[in-house]
Amino acid sequence: MSKYSVIGTRVHRVDGPEKITGSAKYTFDLVLPNMLYGKILRSPHPHAKVLKIDTRKAEKLIGVKGVVTGKDTIGKKQGIWRRFPELCDEEILCRKKVRYIGDAVAAVAAIDEDTAEEALDLIEVEYETLPAVFDPLEAIAEEAPQIHEGVELNININRHIEWGDVDEAFKKCDHIREDQFVCSSQAHVCMETHDAVASFDYGGKLTMWTSTQSSYYIQRLLADMTGLREGDIRVIKPPTGGGFGSKFELDSAQFCAAILSMKLCKPVKIVLSREEEFTATKRRTPMYYFLKLGAKKDGTLLAKEVRVITEGGAYTGMGATALYLTGFFSSFPYKYPNYRYDGYRAYTNTAPTSAMRGFGAPQSTFVGESQLDMMADDLGIDPIEIRRKNGMTPNYEVPGQAYIQSCGLHQCLDKIEEHIKQRGKLPPNHGIGVSAYGFMSGGIFNWFDTPYAFSSAIVRVNIDGKVDLFTGACDVGQGSDTTLSMICAEELGVKLDDIRIHSADTGICPPDLGAWGSRETLMNGNAVKRAAADAKNQLLEFAAAKMGINIVHDLDIRDCRVYLADRPERGISYYDVVKEAIRGKDGEAIIGRGHYTPHRKGMISPAYSFGVQAAEVEVDPETGRYELINVTTAHESGTVINPVGIEGQLEGAIMMAGGYGYCEDQPMDEGKILNPSIADYKLIRSLDMPETKILEIDTYEPEGPFGAKEAGEGLTNPTAGAIANAVYKAVGVRINTLPITPEKVFRALREKEAKKKKK
Amino acid sequence: MKKELKLTVNGQPYEVYVPPKTLLVQVLRDQLGLTGTKRGCSDSSCGACTVMLNGMAVKSCSILALQANGAEVRTVEGLAKGAELAPLQKAFLDHGAFQCGFCTSGMLMASTALLAENPKPTKEQIKEGIDGNICRCTGYNSIIRAVTAVVKGEYKEEK
Repeated sequence: MSKYSVIGTRVHRVDGPEKITGSAKYTFDLVLPNMLYGKILRSPHPHAKVLKIDTRKAEKLIGVKGVVTGKDTIGKKQGIWRRFPELCDEEILCRKKVRYIGDAVAAVAAIDEDTAEEALDLIEVEYETLPAVFDPLEAIAEEAPQIHEGVELNININRHIEWGDVDEAFKKCDHIREDQFVCSSQAHVCMETHDAVASFDYGGKLTMWTSTQSSYYIQRLLADMTGLREGDIRVIKPPTGGGFGSKFELDSAQFCAAILSMKLCKPVKIVLSREEEFTATKRRTPMYYFLKLGAKKDGTLLAKEVRVITEGGAYTGMGATALYLTGFFSSFPYKYPNYRYDGYRAYTNTAPTSAMRGFGAPQSTFVGESQLDMMADDLGIDPIEIRRKNGMTPNYEVPGQAYIQSCGLHQCLDKIEEHIKQRGKLPPNHGIGVSAYGFMSGGIFNWFDTPYAFSSAIVRVNIDGKVDLFTGACDVGQGSDTTLSMICAEELGVKLDDIRIHSADTGICPPDLGAWGSRETLMNGNAVKRAAADAKNQLLEFAAAKMGINIVHDLDIRDCRVYLADRPERGISYYDVVKEAIRGKDGEAIIGRGHYTPHRKGMISPAYSFGVQAAEVEVDPETGRYELINVTTAHESGTVINPVGIEGQLEGAIMMAGGYGYCEDQPMDEGKILNPSIADYKLIRSLDMPETKILEIDTYEPEGPFGAKEAGEGLTNPTAGAIANAVYKAVGVRINTLPITPEKVFRALREKEAKKKKK
Repeated sequence: MKKELKLTVNGQPYEVYVPPKTLLVQVLRDQLGLTGTKRGCSDSSCGACTVMLNGMAVKSCSILALQANGAEVRTVEGLAKGAELAPLQKAFLDHGAFQCGFCTSGMLMASTALLAENPKPTKEQIKEGIDGNICRCTGYNSIIRAVTAVVKGEYKEEK
């Protein structure tokens, strides 16, 4: 008999039947009686004073029901780093100043979208344009225009991490490399754009349906920004068309829909256009990296010094977290005895940068893994070998930062080495590049300042044995509804089909911080497991009495049967126990509660997952064009709860991370994003997608539910570095800036040839 | 000035009146309430709105509704027969060929049209068949595996 009945089995997603029949109702699909449609007017200037907004003509247009500007707000600035008021710097509806092309200044509600759009043209905004700055390196210069009042040199935030004696250690190194890298931006490109339906009623209660990664955050942030009490706001997340980090801050669709609905006491729906999605929502943080790495002849890494300047864009958002995590993950997944990081986030007059899948780690992994291969090359050491020599191991403490319990990095290296050997001698112009990574299982530092447990769940066992699971966890496509239902079914000993999950509705679910930082499986999984265990224990009390068993025996439930743990042949039906237990409780359903907040796990994360990826490319040396042939990933994420889910996360991450390495970019001119459409923003399509192979490594994470930890976000980290290293292996050119476009490869090849000729 | 539009959607004839610039996707979603068909962009580049028009895959945001006058349209709502799922739908479930689900209707319709035209496509032809459809979650390979499983006859349609 296998250890588990539900966990590790290949199941259908619990939301599957709805999604494959087109019956799932997304926020995008919702229509309420009397509903109005909203549109948002945005700044065409990267930096300007707002002198006057005249909405009179727009208000007179037939079909327009209301217009709001900053004057209709309570005049507060918002931010998700609520613990630090100075980082709450965004008005959403700007009153006095706009700071990027896309900043919102007014919103209209009308009987249909066309009318609302027409009304936007009738709003007259008088701006006084100001000098603007777009490049973070220029923004921190003395003469640069100041973007936020009182923020010297436009430095939004800085971060320092240090252990050991870096300067002393560099003196002992046999070889030191200093390199610079530039990491580009990336758009999330969720298939469902940001959208919200807000309905404020005459009783003073606001209900919002929205495409979000955290209904709890949106509830709390709406309370901050509207002056309503948290309990008067109910946020419901219907099925959601992707998040990837873009949907857990309060956005303009949510805020403007709420303000309009509160003014008009009618439901208002706002759906951002794809162009707004590209230009007026947040994006991945571009970073300028300066790296110094020192090693002994034998490849032992002694010291690393990292300096980073990030392009913050106009507001903080989650940028402070990205700045910290890129510094922390710059040390991953290696045991640096001496390490120093200094990161600076500069405000610029560009679209704000914030969280995106990987959260600073795809950047640090690209630069770190590129430089490590360069170091290995200098020292004449095999790339796998240098990683093996320095790689993290179980029960390792990142000095003063984090404690790593489970770690399967070395098994992953072995598997990838085997894979490369099996591939044998490569055809000409082919190269395999390797990249190793680690990632966290949810964040600990409470910048949001929530007074609640990080995750909580309620399990209700009903008279027929069916189970309702209530949790604030947000399934945005990654599959948490399925994974959490599996955890619940396993712990309670019932079938997956017995569980009905109710998630991400603040009106009925206990709070959860939401789906970001790879936290749901471990954190909410622990809460669900505890809630299910609580319900199970209540059932077992009745079962023990009913079965009249000796006190020395333990009872358990599995496959809907209650049995003696050490004498499984003695058992009774779970369904009978439920009926009697509820009768015994005077008819009260069995209710189990569970919550989880990491304690004594440092400031970063309670657990880390690891992996190694090998990317094979074929480069055309004439044109620089290259093809991603195969991406093989050895990966460990503790106990695999939902294998179909992990496969999907892994392959999907390669599409997104491969795009980051290969083609996705947001070129700008004077703060204007030049490719704000899916036609012009190049994404990996089915024909570009490489073959993918997964080599799963078994580990067990003591802190996670059934031994599980992060699986999905970390997979965004390795690919850009693996591609860079593969291109180098194939044709001997090193590209230090993302994305690694064929054009860059072409130019580098020509430069290399020219140098050769000179010699 | 609204114009009369007659079309058949999933076997059901409809007669509606639409302004001439109305797109087919707008009629399907807003007038007929068939919200299974999604929209992910405004320039026919994402494929989320793919439907079948007289048997061919068409991005329903790329044609005017009036161009579909007299046509047979099939949307994702027309794939299952009552509670019985179509082979592709079953394969999508088994292979985890969707996550957020927002592109799924378009993927299913592009694949259905592909198999209607070519019941035995190669892997490369399957990739070509869905190349107009963006999926930001799955990385496409699970979708290709699901379609391949149907091609191999692993999912028989119940007559």
